[in-house]
Amino acid sequence: MAETANAPMAISDEVAIQIQSMNKWFGSFHVLRDIDLTVYRGERIVIAGPSGSGKSTLIRCINALEEHQKGSITVDGTLLSSDIKNIDTIRSEVGMVFQHFNLFPHLTILENCTLAPIWVRKTPKREAEETAMHFLEKVKIPEQANKYPGQLSGGQQQRVAIARSLCMKPRIMLFDEPTSALDPEMIKEVLDTMVSLAEDGMTMICVTHEMGFARQVAHRVIFMDAGQIVEQNEPEEFFNNPQNERTKLFLSQILGH
Amino acid sequence: MSDTHAHSVAFVRETMLPQQPPPVTEAGVVKWMRENLFKGWFNTLLTVVSLYFIFKIVTGAYPWFANGIWNTSSLAECRDMLDGMTGACFSVLTERWNQLLFGFTYPRDAYWRPTLAFVLLIVAIAPVLYPKAPRNLLYFTAVYPFLAYWLIWGGTLLIPLMVLVGLVAGYFAFKQFERQSFAMGMIAGLVSAVVVIWAGSIVPASMPNVMAIEAVQSRDIGGFMLNMILGTVCVSLSLPLGIMLALGRQSSMPIIKWICIIFIEFIRGVPLITLLFVANVVLAYFFPPGSNIDLVLRVIIMITMFSSAYIAEVIRGGLAALPRGQYEAANSLGLDYAQSMRLIILPQALKISIPGIVNVAVGLFKDTTLVSVISMFDLVGMIRGPILASTEWNGVYWELWGFAVFVFFIVCFSISKYSQWLERQLATDHR
Repeated sequence: MAETANAPMAISDEVAIQIQSMNKWFGSFHVLRDIDLTVYRGERIVIAGPSGSGKSTLIRCINALEEHQKGSITVDGTLLSSDIKNIDTIRSEVGMVFQHFNLFPHLTILENCTLAPIWVRKTPKREAEETAMHFLEKVKIPEQANKYPGQLSGGQQQRVAIARSLCMKPRIMLFDEPTSALDPEMIKEVLDTMVSLAEDGMTMICVTHEMGFARQVAHRVIFMDAGQIVEQNEPEEFFNNPQNERTKLFLSQILGH
Repeated sequence: MSDTHAHSVAFVRETMLPQQPPPVTEAGVVKWMRENLFKGWFNTLLTVVSLYFIFKIVTGAYPWFANGIWNTSSLAECRDMLDGMTGACFSVLTERWNQLLFGFTYPRDAYWRPTLAFVLLIVAIAPVLYPKAPRNLLYFTAVYPFLAYWLIWGGTLLIPLMVLVGLVAGYFAFKQFERQSFAMGMIAGLVSAVVVIWAGSIVPASMPNVMAIEAVQSRDIGGFMLNMILGTVCVSLSLPLGIMLALGRQSSMPIIKWICIIFIEFIRGVPLITLLFVANVVLAYFFPPGSNIDLVLRVIIMITMFSSAYIAEVIRGGLAALPRGQYEAANSLGLDYAQSMRLIILPQALKISIPGIVNVAVGLFKDTTLVSVISMFDLVGMIRGPILASTEWNGVYWELWGFAVFVFFIVCFSISKYSQWLERQLATDHR
């Protein structure tokens, strides 16, 4: 599985996301400092780093859940501006999976998945439901379609959240610590889903502490600290031969036991 | 024991024990009484004392009800018939029944009109309150306010019809411009509705007798009918207004936000009764000279403003209770502001707010009796004024006020029961 996922030919020359000298402040606190990052179509990137290093903020800037103050972000050729139409266009092309799932508790699993296609893409209801069932089968929980999120386990909820994003047929997927809120035995089912997504050639940026996943799936691992990209490399090199002192310290702590 | 091998440590069950009923003391009425009425000497004492008081009240009140007289035409006559016995003079209710319901100057031969409006209200409200009612009824619900206005106030049907046409025109204008932006749509809709209604007002003015029934002035409307009109109209107007105020208060646009905050805080800082006096006397100065805005309309405006401010605060609580992740998830899927509010945020926030909203609605309904202090003859105004002041019924307090209590209790208790049912229907999150 790992070999196919890591096949380098999956990456194209086409640029999916281009971030140029992007800066962000929370009040007077400088969270992101001069971020430069180019993500190619089909590329899978894992962002690691200690908490408070700005990894989540970085990917939340990509779909404008957070506003950046300096520099530019280009997603799929569209420059991210403060225009609300432009932001909604980008958001419908970029899927996002959250740490706390954020399913809509008043809607069934199926309705969770069909809502955005019907209202944003204007897909006919039946077609949206077929797509939703297709992706629910892909994440292996079609039988839960008519239940409510509160009736599902954490792992199942996160897989529904992934299916919900996929129903919008996004060209890029962002994962914000998708397994951090899960019990250990549920982490695997979510990671398996993400691996199978990777095999399909999805462009993915994933903030995670799952280093095994990074090793297996990522084309590139980025290490962030204090709002900056400290080191980035292919997973083999990154784990076996880290250069920066901070990276070494972080890896020794996270892989130490 | 026959079903176990008692002589060895190892144990294998050979016969399964059948399920047995619990002992009598652990089930049914006996258990309930033990646990709730006679648990310990103190509880038992309280039970006995309570039973004694209930007994006294029932035996005291029973003859009053049982000897009640229903068919006399004055208090004196009723006292004569009772001849010193304890007994109620319910005949005030039967004799003044129409006055209690419709006020004392509403035309007698038109009593069927508000009655019909009330029956149709039940039909119109059904699809709003019960999701299982046929959806097509919603068209009737949309037409109902205009029909009810015509039935109660009379006059030519062309007036409510023109207003309806104006609102429909506004809706289509809104639909046309909504694609550009929501705010554009709202403005276009409002402007075209006002223009069409203003231009169309010539039509009923030139033909006042087309489809006309006997016209009734607002000052002739009274009795419990007035409470019902004020209650239903104000509740159904203040809910959407309250939602808009709550969303406006959260808005990122500072002007809208400040207008909403000032409105809410001002209204909450003023007693309703003051606002009603303003409606009665002062409000006329704010309208263009010569325009004679109806008193009932002025009171409706004031009560609606008052309760919408409270509803806005209740809904704000519901909005604040939603985790930020719900907003983010809606945004990340590409839903725009109106969609995420309508589909994601408001359904959840309103569900949380149901008890608070119902609280305001019940309070509003009871507060409609305050109009009696600005000399409108609602149910309380009727009792206080024309009925108790009449020579026939001077001094019948218990029966009349008891009736008012009973009627208001029925309505408010039903609203509260309905809201509990609705909450259970909507509970999807923790099953």
